[in-house]
Amino acid sequence: MIEVDNLSKTFKIYHHRKGFLGSFVNLFSRKHRVIRAVDSVSFTVQRGEIIGYLGPNGAGKSTTIKMLTGILVPSSGNVTVNGYIPHRQRKENAKHIGVVFGQRSHLWFDLPVQESFELLQHIYRIPQAQYRDNVEMFDELLNLGDFFQTPVRQLSLGQRMRADIAAALLHNPDVLFLDEPTIGLDVVAKARIREFIQKINAEREVTVVLTTHDLDDVEKLCKRVILIDNARLCFDGKLATLRRLLSTERLLTVDYAEVYTDINIPDTHVTFQEGTRVQYRFSPEEISTADLIGAILQKFKIVDISVAEPDIEELIKTVYEDNLTLERKLAKSIPPDTQVN
Amino acid sequence: MHHLSLYFHFVKLRIRSQMEYRLSFLFELFAQASISVMDFFMIALLFNRFKQLAGWSLWEVGFLYGIVGICFAIAEMVGRGFDVFQRNVVRGGFDTMLVRPLGTFYQVFAHEFLLRRVGRIAQAVVVLLIANSQLTIAWSFAKVGYLLVTLMSGICFFIGLFVIGATSCFWTVQSIEIINIFTNGGVFMGSYPFSIYRWWFRHFFTFVIPLACVNYFPSLFLLGKVESSGVSLIGVQLAPFAGFLFLGITMLFWRWGVLRYQSTGH
Repeated sequence: MIEVDNLSKTFKIYHHRKGFLGSFVNLFSRKHRVIRAVDSVSFTVQRGEIIGYLGPNGAGKSTTIKMLTGILVPSSGNVTVNGYIPHRQRKENAKHIGVVFGQRSHLWFDLPVQESFELLQHIYRIPQAQYRDNVEMFDELLNLGDFFQTPVRQLSLGQRMRADIAAALLHNPDVLFLDEPTIGLDVVAKARIREFIQKINAEREVTVVLTTHDLDDVEKLCKRVILIDNARLCFDGKLATLRRLLSTERLLTVDYAEVYTDINIPDTHVTFQEGTRVQYRFSPEEISTADLIGAILQKFKIVDISVAEPDIEELIKTVYEDNLTLERKLAKSIPPDTQVN
Repeated sequence: MHHLSLYFHFVKLRIRSQMEYRLSFLFELFAQASISVMDFFMIALLFNRFKQLAGWSLWEVGFLYGIVGICFAIAEMVGRGFDVFQRNVVRGGFDTMLVRPLGTFYQVFAHEFLLRRVGRIAQAVVVLLIANSQLTIAWSFAKVGYLLVTLMSGICFFIGLFVIGATSCFWTVQSIEIINIFTNGGVFMGSYPFSIYRWWFRHFFTFVIPLACVNYFPSLFLLGKVESSGVSLIGVQLAPFAGFLFLGITMLFWRWGVLRYQSTGH
C-alpha cells in the first residue's frame, strides 16, 4: 500500500535580510544552509495496518507525511502510495488518500460544516448515494449533527477535529494520514476519535498512518510503530517488541520503617531518596526482582514495596536521549518482527 | 465542465460570505467608487491647467485611464487568490490545496473572489463611456472585438503580475512588495500616454513587462493615433496578445515554483 525506499529530504534555509532593500537583495542572494529533515528512511505499510509514526519535535515526522501526501517533493529516494508517486501523480494520489492535520483545519473557515462537505463532494465528485451514506455514518459515530450548520471558525477544537476527520473520509480514501489528530483534546474527545479511527480501519480496511505525541493513541490504536529521530528511522516493529527491548530496566520503590544511612544494594542504582522512601533502578538481567527484594528484607525493615516498568513515554524519551543504546540492543537481539518489511 | 461549475460554486460561496455584512459591504463599495472618482478628478485638474499632454486631450487620456482601470479592477476581483497568496502560504493553506485532486493554479484562482471591486470597475467603465462620448471614434465590429480582446488581455496581464508575486512566496514566504510597483504603479503609469516616458522605460514596459501592449498601443489604434505616433500598424494590432503570452509565461513560472515549495512549520 505504501512503499518508502531510501527517502530523504533536505531543506535550504535562506538567510533573510530585513527591510525593503533587504528583500530586494534576498531576490538575488543565494546564501543558505542545508538541513536534513528526513534521511534515508525506508519502510512498507500493508493494506489495513495502523502505523504509529513517532518521534520528537523536529524529527522529520511531518516532513515524511508531506512527502507521502504529495505536498513536498523528496530530495532523493522513492515513494509510492497505492502505486502512485505522490509528487508526480499528485492529483491521482489525492483522490485515494485522506489527510488530517491536527494543527490546522482543511475546511473552509467561514463556511458551515455542511457546506464544506458539499464543496468536498463537488471537488472529489462523490456520488450522491455514497455522500449520503457516509455523512449518515459519520454523524452516527461522531455526532456531527450537533454542529453541522455551524461555521467552522466557531467550532470547538474537538468538534473541528471530528469534522475534519469526517471530511477526510468522505471520498472513501484507501489511506488516511493523521498528523497529531488528538492534540489539545480532552480525554473524552480523544477516546471518541480513537474509537472512530478503529472502526473505520476495521470496517473499511482503511490504512492509517498516525503521527502523535500522545502515547495513549499509540497504545490504543497501533500494533506497529516506526520511530524516527534526527531524521533517521531508529525502530520499526511491534509496539510490544519496543517495550520489551526497552523495559529491561525496572524501578523498585521501598518505604522503609526508618531512615537508613547505607541503603545501597549491589547491582542497583538509587534514583532517589526522600526520608524513608527510596527508589532503586535495576536490570532483571543483573539481579532478579526476587533476589533484590530478598536482599533488601535481609538488611532492612520495610513498610511497603512496589515494582514498576517505566511507562512507554519514559521509554521513548530514553530512546531519544540515547539512540545508541537502542541500536546496541537491537544489534544484540533482533527479534524477527523488528525486521518487518 | 466540472472545473467551470466548481468555479462558480466557489464564487457563489465567496460572494455570499462577503455579503453577510451587507451594510459594510455597501459602504465599502461606495467608498471604493468615490476614491477612484477623486483619482480621475486629479487628472482632470491637471488638464484644466495644461489642456494637452504630448498631443493627448483629456478625454483621450480618460480612455487610457478607463481601459487600464477596468482591467486592473477585474484582475483584482478574480485574481485575488494570487494577490493574497502569501497570507495563505504562511497559514499553511497551500498544503491543503496540494492534497486536493485539483490543479494548484486553478485552486488558487478559485479560492478568492473580491466582489467589492465592482465599485472600482463601475467607475472605470463610466470614465471610459464619458470619454467615448466626448471623442469621435468610428466604432465597427472589428474595433469592438479589438477592444474586448484588449480588455481580456489587460486582465490577463495584471493577473500575470499577481502570479509572479505569488510564485515568489515559494522562496521568500514574505512576498516581495516589489510586484506592487508594477501593479498599482502600472495603473498609474498606464493612465498617461507612454510617449511622455523615456525610451528605456517605454521599452521595458513593452518587451519585459508588456503594460504598453495592453493599454497604450491598443488605445493608439482605437483613437486613430497610430500614424502620428510613428508605431507600426501591424505591431499595434498584434500588441494585445502580449497579455495572454505574459500570463502563459507566468503560469509556467508558477508550475516551476510549486515544485520548489518547502511548506512551513510542522
